[in-house]
Amino acid sequence: MTELLGRMIRKPQGAIGIVLLVVLGAICLLGPWLAPYGPEKMDFLGRFRAPGWQNLFGADQFGRDVLSRLLSGARATVPMALTATLAGSAMGAVIGVASAYLGGKTDELIMRTNDAVMAIPGLLMALLLVSTLGNGAGNAVVAIAIAFAPGMARVTRSVALAVRNQDFVKAAVARGEGAAQIILREMLPNVMGPIVIEATIRVSFAVMLFATLSFLGLGAQPPASEWGLMVADARQYMHRAPWILIAPSAAIALSAIAFNLVGDALRDALNPRDDR
Amino acid sequence: MSLAWLLRRLLLMVYTVVIVSVLVFAITQALPADAAQTLLGENASPEALAAVRTRLGLDDPVWLQFAHWVTRAATGNFGVSMRTGLPVAPEMLTALSRSLLLAASALVVTLVIAVPLGIFAALRQGRAADTMTSIIAYLGVSLPEFVTATALALLLTDILPWLPATGYVSPLEDSGLALRHLALPILTVSVILIAHVMRMMRSETLDVLQSDYVRAARLKGLPERTVLVRHVMRNALLPVITIVALDVGYLLGGIIVIEEIFAIPGIGRALMIAITTRDLPSIQAGAMIMAVTYAITNTLADVVYALLDRRIRYD
Repeated sequence: MTELLGRMIRKPQGAIGIVLLVVLGAICLLGPWLAPYGPEKMDFLGRFRAPGWQNLFGADQFGRDVLSRLLSGARATVPMALTATLAGSAMGAVIGVASAYLGGKTDELIMRTNDAVMAIPGLLMALLLVSTLGNGAGNAVVAIAIAFAPGMARVTRSVALAVRNQDFVKAAVARGEGAAQIILREMLPNVMGPIVIEATIRVSFAVMLFATLSFLGLGAQPPASEWGLMVADARQYMHRAPWILIAPSAAIALSAIAFNLVGDALRDALNPRDDR
Repeated sequence: MSLAWLLRRLLLMVYTVVIVSVLVFAITQALPADAAQTLLGENASPEALAAVRTRLGLDDPVWLQFAHWVTRAATGNFGVSMRTGLPVAPEMLTALSRSLLLAASALVVTLVIAVPLGIFAALRQGRAADTMTSIIAYLGVSLPEFVTATALALLLTDILPWLPATGYVSPLEDSGLALRHLALPILTVSVILIAHVMRMMRSETLDVLQSDYVRAARLKGLPERTVLVRHVMRNALLPVITIVALDVGYLLGGIIVIEEIFAIPGIGRALMIAITTRDLPSIQAGAMIMAVTYAITNTLADVVYALLDRRIRYD
């Protein structure tokens, strides 16, 4: 574990990513305590106040402190994206491993169907699902998870195919273990590496997708200080008070970049091309 | 490219469309809205509701409803909009044509800028110019479209105040005004896409630059220009075709956001309106048209790729 971390921070990109991620985690945990004001505390005299000592990142159209809203909004954004990615990856991983285990015609059928589902653009899929499930943060998470599953299934299957032919799986088959047992206990643990890498990179997509759904009015609902929603609210005042817009946009971008950098570093650290 | 491969590829496309139609139908079936209620309003009598349900076939078993829907959809009949009472398909296709105009123009702008930029970055590998372009490209990939689009709208309307920020004019009516309306959205979409294409072009060019045939061409004494254009660019462009096709799919998703922000009445915006008003036939038509467009462009990209790259033999 320490060795892995050491390899990850060897390049500056990995180190920056990990630092960003730690800061992000701290904000998610401690955000509301770090915030100088309440996220919904209005101050009508301070409407559109420019960034300064009183409001570090300025104040919005209701005089709410943008920094405080950002800090409290982190937990409305990042954990949602994490949950969606975890659920989607788990679903995809089970489908992928099962498909590789079953093999032959069944595998072909599952993967072609999987390809077909993947042919629906992610945002479109999420929009359709949210329109069925109804607006709201929880439903947006479910929609993103389902939209992610096919991609993960494909990645997992390609790894699981190699595992399928290894002796310990053949031994399990010979011992007469059930399919579910083999898929979950024998094969799944041995394909975790690539899944974790893929999932880490996908969190950044999930952050963006979740914020986009909220931006379109289908995810988190007002008065939540979810970052995508904050951008959507700030748009009509963008010429008058650009800071209301810039702060949450930067927060979304930095979170996405953090997961991207860490995912890339993880991939490089787990697949050392030269030193093994 | 063998005929068998082409047939298989086309079959896969058809299968994709079938799966998409099942999904779209299933999802919209589960929508909590009652079509008859939406049509007649809150105060409709139970008899009237029952009559409309029978007329629309809402009492039929689900598989029969699906069969009816698919056969009608296959002939381009998606029913009438619950919001406007007009046939859905023509409206959606007009919207699609606007989106495609935007997407195609943005693609052209992207290729013209991103391909030379990617080659340039590869030739300057490791130097300041390369690092700069790489960072910008990384940012471009890590930012959601709505952030890039709002930031650009903010910047560009300040820098180019004579450009209208939102709205749409048909190029058939007034092409000059239409172009001015489309300029900002095209620029925005292009900026997002340039990051993708440039990254790809750079890494492909780096690969090709190390190949034996480029070394051979240089050793032959060909001028650097000829080597770059005839050998490097031609070979590095191949994989970019695939990326561009994938970007079209991404565009179809991303365009929903761009169209919302710039108020362009394209397919994305039409779909958003359909979703927020729970206009079932419009949701179905919009989603189907988008997914089919994507399936077709993907297939075309694969075929073009196979035609251009004679080394690939698909069995």
